Amino acid sequence: MSDPMNYWPLLGVAWVVVGFVLRANPVIVVVSAGLVSGLLAGKSIGELLALLGESFVSNRALLMFAMTLPTIGLLERAGLREHALRWIAQWRGLTLTRLLAGYLAVRQGLSMLGLIDIAGHAQTVRPLLAPMAESAAARPHGEVSREDRQKVHALAAATDNVGRFFGEDVFLAFGAVLLIQGFYAQHGIVLEPLQIALWALPTAIAAFVIHAVRIVVFQRRLDRRTASAIAGTDPERADAVD
Amino acid sequence: MLSIEHFYWLMALFLLYAGWRNLRDRRFAHAAFWGLLAALFAAGKPILDASKAGHALPSQLAGVAVIALALLATRMRREHIDEAPEAQRLASAQRLGHRLFWPALLIPLVTVAIVLFGPKLAIGGAPVFGEGSITLIGLALACVLATFAAVLVTRERPVVALGEGRRLLDTMGWAALLPLVLATLGGVFAASGVGEAVASLVSAVIPADNRLACVLAYGLGMVVFTMIMGNAFAAFPVMTAGIGLPLLIQQHGAAPAILGSLGMLTGYCGTLMTPMAANFNLVPAALLELDDPNAVIRAQLPTAIPLLLVNLVLMYWLAFR
Repeated sequence: MSDPMNYWPLLGVAWVVVGFVLRANPVIVVVSAGLVSGLLAGKSIGELLALLGESFVSNRALLMFAMTLPTIGLLERAGLREHALRWIAQWRGLTLTRLLAGYLAVRQGLSMLGLIDIAGHAQTVRPLLAPMAESAAARPHGEVSREDRQKVHALAAATDNVGRFFGEDVFLAFGAVLLIQGFYAQHGIVLEPLQIALWALPTAIAAFVIHAVRIVVFQRRLDRRTASAIAGTDPERADAVD
Repeated sequence: MLSIEHFYWLMALFLLYAGWRNLRDRRFAHAAFWGLLAALFAAGKPILDASKAGHALPSQLAGVAVIALALLATRMRREHIDEAPEAQRLASAQRLGHRLFWPALLIPLVTVAIVLFGPKLAIGGAPVFGEGSITLIGLALACVLATFAAVLVTRERPVVALGEGRRLLDTMGWAALLPLVLATLGGVFAASGVGEAVASLVSAVIPADNRLACVLAYGLGMVVFTMIMGNAFAAFPVMTAGIGLPLLIQQHGAAPAILGSLGMLTGYCGTLMTPMAANFNLVPAALLELDDPNAVIRAQLPTAIPLLLVNLVLMYWLAFR
């Protein structure tokens, strides 16, 4: 190992960053970055093509979420969103905070059990959570603005991510814990997966508390904005109170 | 015996159908895109088998196909494809009511059932589920069953389900492919020695005697590299081999289990903040048809930053007891 370190492949990383900053199509940025790094690492075109093809094919499970689309599309056509909206509208005690914080708790709990793919953006957020959240957000003062509706949808998607990420590592059979254990084992440190998994618990609790507080704050601001928009006052002034 | 391979073929058929519909609509770039992807799905196993047996040509051809997909992606417009008229959807919602929820709920319920009980199922001594992750097989089978359930509930023709699936697929367009190409990039970077170079750079810059500086370099390094790669899994081995193991564990005596767990979770804070984690941040924005592709990231930043600070404090406090 007396070879000097080859820093040139790092240009592939810079290529990705520049591509995203320039807002080029991400697919072409990512694929070309791989080619740049590989060429700078001294690989031949043949090696590089094989590497690209093999790596792509072995990761194809990542597109399997698309298999949910026919079901969701068909249900949407049959009025799934319209029904969910009307149904939620009948629940009197349901606020945006209760809905999203409740979803966060359930999502974290399930992913701690290793049940990661039973919820998600395609499976639950688009067909169920986002329309429910929209309906709950509109409850206190009536229809929210288009801009706020998009923020509610984005927060619903964010809540799913936070719940998933900060639950899954508490489960000992999940990939991340096994990756950590495997890495240490290769370097001569032997650990039980449970020893690693339990240390994810403090972060899981912190994630729940921080995100739940944010949901509460979001709803308060949203309520104030819609209330003042409906009363015809300037929403900026109402916001300036905090 | 059902293996994940059968579902890849099914997926290929679905993609082929999407391609054919686009061809009929004279959207040639879209048609070629989904068609090529279908070919890669169907030929996946033979490609990997040939590569294992030492034949490079099939995987090289797949590599050419991946480059072609990237070029086609630049020519694809992402556009909203018309849904069924609202009046029809309202009337149908009225008629079907809660029955509409069942097929959607079947997806998680069947997945869980298969994960829990699937490995024990056997017909005549042969296991029902073969090679591949049981969760993935469960999810795929659940999707198929849910499609049938949705067809039954809505009393539509099965081909309508495919058409509606294609509508959502084309609404997402190339964004649907991003998770896959990013994972591909991870593989190519790893094989090109990007990881070693990053670690060597970082450890040359920080003052190694200072425990706090090492914790910050490790934690923030996890965040930054996760943001660049879009994936904490790719960042973990790089950062831990470069900084965590030599400096924090060997020099400063950090507990490996605690450092590893918190290091990985610190990386996840980076995942919340980057467009490179496309399947979590850009795909939902596309699925929800948000105007701002970064809206989900914006909604996550105020959670990710305080959580990152909490993680750094926990790491400094817990790992050196």
